Amino acid sequence: MQLYQLTAHEMHDLLINKELSAEELNNKIFDRIEAVDDKIGAYITITKKSALERARVVDRQIQAGEKIAPLAGIPVALKDNICTKGVRTTAGSKILSNFIPPYSATVVEKLEAAGATVIGKTNMDEFAMGSSTENSAFFATKNPWDTQRVSGGSSGGAAAAVCAGAAVCALGSDSGGSIRQPASFCGVVGLKPTYGAVSRYGLISSASSLDQIGPFARDVTDCALLLGAISGHDPNDSTSASYKTPDFTASLINNVRGLKIGVPEEYMAEGLEPEVRAAVEKAMSLFESLGADVEYTTLPHTEYVLATHHIIGSAEASSNLARYDGVRYGFRAFEAGDVIDMFMKTRGQGFGPEVKRRIMLGTYALSAGYYDVYYLKAMKVRTLIKQDFERAFEKYDLLLSPTSPTPAFRFGKKIDDPLQMYLSDIFTSSSNLAGIPSISLSCGFVGRLPVGLQLIGKYFDEGTILRAAYTFEQNTDYHKEFPEV
Amino acid sequence: MIQYETVIGLEVHVELKTRSKIFCHSTTAFGGEPNAHVCPGCLGLPGALPVINKSVVEYAIRAALALNFQIASFTKFDRKNYFYPDMAKNYQISQYDLPIAEHGYLNIELNGKTKKIGITRLHIEEDTGKQVHQGSITTTPFSLVDYNRSGVPLIEIVSEPDLRSPEEAYEYLNKLKAIILYTGVSDCKMEEGSLRCDANVSVRPAGSTKLGTKTEIKNMNSFKALQKALTYEIERQIEVLEEGGRIFQETRTWDEEKGITISMRSKEQAHDYRYMPDPDLVPLVIDREWVEEIRRSLPELPDDRKERYVREYGLPAYDAMVLTNTRELADYFEACVAAYPNPKTVSNWVMGDLSRLLNASGVDITNCSIKPRQLSELLQLIDKGTISGKIAKTVFEEMFASGKAAETIVKEKGLVQISDEGAITAIVEEVIANNQKSVDDYRAGKDKALGFLVGQVMKASKGKANPALVNKLLKERL
Repeated sequence: MQLYQLTAHEMHDLLINKELSAEELNNKIFDRIEAVDDKIGAYITITKKSALERARVVDRQIQAGEKIAPLAGIPVALKDNICTKGVRTTAGSKILSNFIPPYSATVVEKLEAAGATVIGKTNMDEFAMGSSTENSAFFATKNPWDTQRVSGGSSGGAAAAVCAGAAVCALGSDSGGSIRQPASFCGVVGLKPTYGAVSRYGLISSASSLDQIGPFARDVTDCALLLGAISGHDPNDSTSASYKTPDFTASLINNVRGLKIGVPEEYMAEGLEPEVRAAVEKAMSLFESLGADVEYTTLPHTEYVLATHHIIGSAEASSNLARYDGVRYGFRAFEAGDVIDMFMKTRGQGFGPEVKRRIMLGTYALSAGYYDVYYLKAMKVRTLIKQDFERAFEKYDLLLSPTSPTPAFRFGKKIDDPLQMYLSDIFTSSSNLAGIPSISLSCGFVGRLPVGLQLIGKYFDEGTILRAAYTFEQNTDYHKEFPEV
Repeated sequence: MIQYETVIGLEVHVELKTRSKIFCHSTTAFGGEPNAHVCPGCLGLPGALPVINKSVVEYAIRAALALNFQIASFTKFDRKNYFYPDMAKNYQISQYDLPIAEHGYLNIELNGKTKKIGITRLHIEEDTGKQVHQGSITTTPFSLVDYNRSGVPLIEIVSEPDLRSPEEAYEYLNKLKAIILYTGVSDCKMEEGSLRCDANVSVRPAGSTKLGTKTEIKNMNSFKALQKALTYEIERQIEVLEEGGRIFQETRTWDEEKGITISMRSKEQAHDYRYMPDPDLVPLVIDREWVEEIRRSLPELPDDRKERYVREYGLPAYDAMVLTNTRELADYFEACVAAYPNPKTVSNWVMGDLSRLLNASGVDITNCSIKPRQLSELLQLIDKGTISGKIAKTVFEEMFASGKAAETIVKEKGLVQISDEGAITAIVEEVIANNQKSVDDYRAGKDKALGFLVGQVMKASKGKANPALVNKLLKERL
């Protein structure tokens, strides 16, 4: 067992027992990054100097006999759409390739207040648009289990870093599955919290009503610790909920007796790879054997999820991305003539094809004469999709499904077929439309490729998700597998 | 020849003088070094989010209540999407289909008649930054952008097409400004841009109920410009129609120098703003109790105050209207009346000599060197007979210039009225002795001669002789 394979809570024990200093720990992770990141491409930016400085602060606290927080000194990576003061933040785009934010996102301040060391910024699909990181303007992130395959996306860099031991845990963002799908592909734990549970302030917006920051971790315990550190009301985010952060570690109970789990039949239908189905069915049986009631249920509006998600997501993105015009920051096409020419050249050269595709689609969906037919209609269907879940949750404590229909796919397989790529998020997008929390954790392998199990919970009921996930983890060994890189 | 009727509606933007901007903590202070009053929010930096400033909502409600609006119980913010270099996000946060207030009105007075003008809606939005050019816009190699104004709160107030002439439009804007100034939510300074006005204008054959095609006029930077631009545009439209042409729906800009309106863009070139609810902001539920609390805190507004002046002070309607046009002038007037309870006399002085001096010197009533107490002291000196009404005017001017008390000036300049019969008799006798011709004329029945003799006495007394006594003594001796 290597040090970089440990979880945050295991490392915490080493730190407080003075078996290892935070500086040594961080250096070990940086060594690991140096050893493997050439092969994986998880990071866009490494922040070694500032991380080590913070680690030494933690070491002084330990030396002084102070009690340190669970994440103190723990190396954490951030998806590169989370603003970090003084550290380049690109959102995976050429248009922000030189952007250095003058402020930090609320989650970064919270992490730093908890003593965590930010070790770097991870690769992603440009503006979180994609499911493979192939849309990164810089390079694609490879899957540590098989470098011929994608790490998933859009938070592929964060998932791959945690998977390969190049970070202990990480923060990503999820607007349609961008945490859960790469977590599934890389065999790590990834959680999308309830919309409003974690502040979006400082998260570079893709689709405002769908985006949510959440944790990646090597086990459910770390996931709970990280979630506890970043959630809570933020006066800088109007959409942040005013609720008191519960103690998520209190949900880490190895017991699902009496828990009612529904499995939407629409999520186990055609398009699902048989081995993935088998892994999920095995998980269903395990939950049953542990005393949970598991049965099939229905979410009747599932067939409209992708279209609805795509219209709303694109419409919001088309407006959110309008600010990238070369006037105030970021890339500018200097050879331009007048201002309109500058706007067009800057955006034409600064954005990649998927981003342009969505801006055009979103602009169209909001145009005079089409708003009612597309955007407004999509908003109404969104309500119906929410109601599907509300009805299901009258009966069940949790819903269970595969995270993605397939394990990690090969590079190039879907990049030229946007619709195939979107299908990768077919089981995850609905949680973003409804605003409910969902987790992905390993439930098996297809060959050496991990398969992700998704658990979907009620609004602000991350506790039940964590409890079921923790129980599953305690009764399986999938999370202990580590890739050879 | 066909008689035409003009139809005008005004869109007025008013900057709210809250301390901080609408969606962030940056100051709203006017001026300052370019880009000094900015933050990630009003610069539209990646990841920054808007949070509504509660004071902005309060100020908007305050203005809306003063303009007789109904306040929405549920309102939301929308994005108006268009690209412009001084827009930090390339969308403006505004309100589209659920504005904070609807169905308002105000009353204007023209030629002694009162007319009610409907106001369709009032909504909240953010201001943009502004472009700065070195030298001429056509020859400058680049544009600079100052975002100090970006995110300054605005209310947009859209009238019904109820205005029928440039004069009515002028009166509407004047009354709107007066009412908003009373509420204290804005400075309403057109020259600083805290009050801006666009107009929709059309003409139609008199008696027709169908609206003609309208044009939108922008860039009118003063009340005078509004009136001139409207007058021009109406004439232009009538001329086009008279020549058998047709009006195109378009946006036109007022060229102050040339005194004409020029086409900016046609309807076809108009932006598709792609309005959408802003997903970064949550809808607002307006608490009724809060609205009533704001209503109770409103000051007495111009119409009510005017009515009270007529009722309580017995002033003519015209006096009451002029005095109540600004809150400051009305407050000044009332302070004077409190110290000198003869409203009509005070009104004459305030509307007459005081207004004349203020206008001539460009001084604002709030900075007037004559305080209400001092004016009342002056009026009391006249009543006591210490000085004459005529001398009082001289004293008043001196008070205005120096800020000294009336009594001080009267003493310093020896302007006390001579009411001593003996002293005046001496002068009267001297004047009679020296003006035999006038004396004879008067005795021969020419009454006018008396005026000349009084004048001579006043002149000899340097204006200080009590005129009533002079008259009496002269008559006795003639």
